Amino acid sequence: MAAVDQKAIEFRAVSYRIAGGRALLYGLDLEIKKGETLVLLGRSGCGKTTTLKLINRLLDPSEGLVLVENKATTQWDPIRLRRHVGYVIQEIGLFPHFTIEENVGVVPRLEGWEEERIRSRVRELLSLVGLEAEKFASRYPRELSGGQRQRVGVARAVAADPPIMLLDEPFGALDPITRSEIQQEFRSLQEKLGKTMVFVTHDLREAFLLASRIGLLKDGRLVFLGQPRDLLDSDDPEARAFTRSFQDPAKILNSP
Amino acid sequence: MNLWEFLLHNRAEVFRLSMEHLFLVGLSTGIAIVIGVPLGILLTRWPRLSKPVLGFANIMQTVPSLALFGFLIPLNIYLFHVRIIGGIGARTAIVALVLYALLPIIRNTFTGINSVDPAIREAGRGIGMTDRQLLFQVEVPLALGVIVAGVRVATVISVGTATIAAAIDAGGLGRYIFRGLRMNDNTLILAGAVPAALMALVADFLLGWVEKLFATGVSGWLRNRKVALGALLLALTAGGVWFATMFQQQGTAGRVVVGSKDFTEQIILGELLSQVIETRAGLPVTRRFDLGGNLAHEALVAGELDAYVEYTGTAFTAILKQRTVTDPKEVYRRVKEEYATRFDVEWTEPLGFNNTFAILVRGEDARRYRLKTISDAAKYASKWRAGFGQDFMSRPDGYQGFARAYGLKFMELREMDLSLTYRALVEKQVDLIAGNSTDGLITRYDLVRLVDDRRYFPPYDAVPVIRREILQKYPVLRDALKSLGGLISVEEMRQLNFQVDGEHRAAKEVVDEFLKKKGLKDSVGRVVTTGP
Repeated sequence: MAAVDQKAIEFRAVSYRIAGGRALLYGLDLEIKKGETLVLLGRSGCGKTTTLKLINRLLDPSEGLVLVENKATTQWDPIRLRRHVGYVIQEIGLFPHFTIEENVGVVPRLEGWEEERIRSRVRELLSLVGLEAEKFASRYPRELSGGQRQRVGVARAVAADPPIMLLDEPFGALDPITRSEIQQEFRSLQEKLGKTMVFVTHDLREAFLLASRIGLLKDGRLVFLGQPRDLLDSDDPEARAFTRSFQDPAKILNSP
Repeated sequence: MNLWEFLLHNRAEVFRLSMEHLFLVGLSTGIAIVIGVPLGILLTRWPRLSKPVLGFANIMQTVPSLALFGFLIPLNIYLFHVRIIGGIGARTAIVALVLYALLPIIRNTFTGINSVDPAIREAGRGIGMTDRQLLFQVEVPLALGVIVAGVRVATVISVGTATIAAAIDAGGLGRYIFRGLRMNDNTLILAGAVPAALMALVADFLLGWVEKLFATGVSGWLRNRKVALGALLLALTAGGVWFATMFQQQGTAGRVVVGSKDFTEQIILGELLSQVIETRAGLPVTRRFDLGGNLAHEALVAGELDAYVEYTGTAFTAILKQRTVTDPKEVYRRVKEEYATRFDVEWTEPLGFNNTFAILVRGEDARRYRLKTISDAAKYASKWRAGFGQDFMSRPDGYQGFARAYGLKFMELREMDLSLTYRALVEKQVDLIAGNSTDGLITRYDLVRLVDDRRYFPPYDAVPVIRREILQKYPVLRDALKSLGGLISVEEMRQLNFQVDGEHRAAKEVVDEFLKKKGLKDSVGRVVTTGP
């Protein structure tokens, strides 16, 4: 249990302001334990993506500290930090001029792995995310469906086996059926990989399916942090707003 | 002779000029890529620089080529003892073409990289690419289609612009075009223009194909180290060739460099000067003819030319910027004095004719309205269209003072290339032009020259000008040039011009014949000794 309780990421009174002075994030305190999947939930513009970018130092905090493995991000070499943290963004993150094989193998290649090792790793990862290597390795992203591309995105993020993964609405652009399939696959992948994950979404259903804990953000403040089931009982107005929308289809049809 | 026959008959020369043209375009575009692409990349890293740099490149594009040549010729910039900028010939043409090609290349590199999808750039940064990795593995490959499009625009523009290179003796297909314009010879113009247009089309097609290849992102092979190395080697080779050419151009030592301006009479006089120096002084001559605008003067002062034939009135008003004086002796005395002190250049004996501006109208108009003098024509001016060369429009002894002196107000004023004004007059596009009094085309087209009754135009006596330094080095030149004093009358000059313009004979041959007739050359071209 000791390992599980160790902190992978910690936010200490973190605020982030953009150049004009407007704050996107206010005094965020948050601990993310090793091996857990924290889902950051909230409406568009609530500060979820900003929180994520503060972890891999695409942004630096205006105030406070973000620690990754007990070391402030500002103390990390940004390149080392980013290679230590897998990053998946909405669909478009694949390099259009790289083949699938090159896309998945990009971080190992940057890390200077041997070609042979990269190739076998890419094959292993493609089958892990359910794509046949023979069929897909030499294709370009534009030749794949949205769901296939998203699987490649996940494979790329875990390629160099980073202990931490950040996922920014990775399934946001998919149709509902593919989306639900890929969520299920991702859940089993989570168990296999056992990584610390920070997952951003505005979809409560997705949050419930994947989260070990949920953090709810509203206008740059964390208004709820806890187990998914506790969210249903929260009396925070934003939490209520989210849970109200999470109804079964039957109820929607029966409502007057 | 039709175009096809001409091309076939002169295929060796057409090929040589095309190769010269290709060399100018290829080398200048290559250099522009080597400079422009890294500069464009740099601007994406320091956007603050983008305004001044793009502004500079923009301004370069608007500078007229003759002005740019005039600015470049006197420069003396060396790199490892090789002159890379300045002088006349291919070197300066290439520098000018590079300056013209820079804008599309820098701009497209800059915008191409900046327009890479920010999400892709962020993905690259997010997975831990360094700035350089992001640049070379993601941004440049994705911008390549746009960059190649810039190179394509630059190349096609260069093929056209390189025709101007003929104005500074840099060769290329422009030679045919200029020669054709001068001689009013459509076939010759087309012989230059058609191959140049074909070259532009082929370049456009090939680069369009490359652009498409890159735009679709199939550029995996570009990340290959061997290919990158190959590209670098290619760029270095281009640089090396350029360097080598610069070396080659150094080789005028021990030779007398004779120049000329860019019209028929000047080519004939340049040839005359050259043949006299070769046969009577026994010195080898390098010919640098066809220099546009005031470039012959610039080149002489810069020491790039040793001698050419200048006109007293032109030197007096356009170069020394003096107010018009009508006494020929006075003008000659003053230019001789000023040139000696200011430029260390000597005016030798006048050749004997005055090539003044000839105000010309069609013969039928002259007869119908009984026109003899310019004053006679002044009353019709308000109903007439006038056509003047760019030179006449801008020089201090040109249009402005002329119109003021005679109180002229034309219905329409058209500015065009001098050689086109004759054609425009004959085809009734204009009704009055300013040609040269020695022009062979005057009699051929039944044109009438109106008398300058208010004596507006200064005398334009043709006189060889030569650098004193070369006269001191080869005193034998002085005697050779003396033999030219008073050699050619206006009528003789007009005939010589007509033989070249009207009969399409080579200047070399016409001059050779003339010198023999005058007894300055014997039948086998050896020196005829004069005096005891």
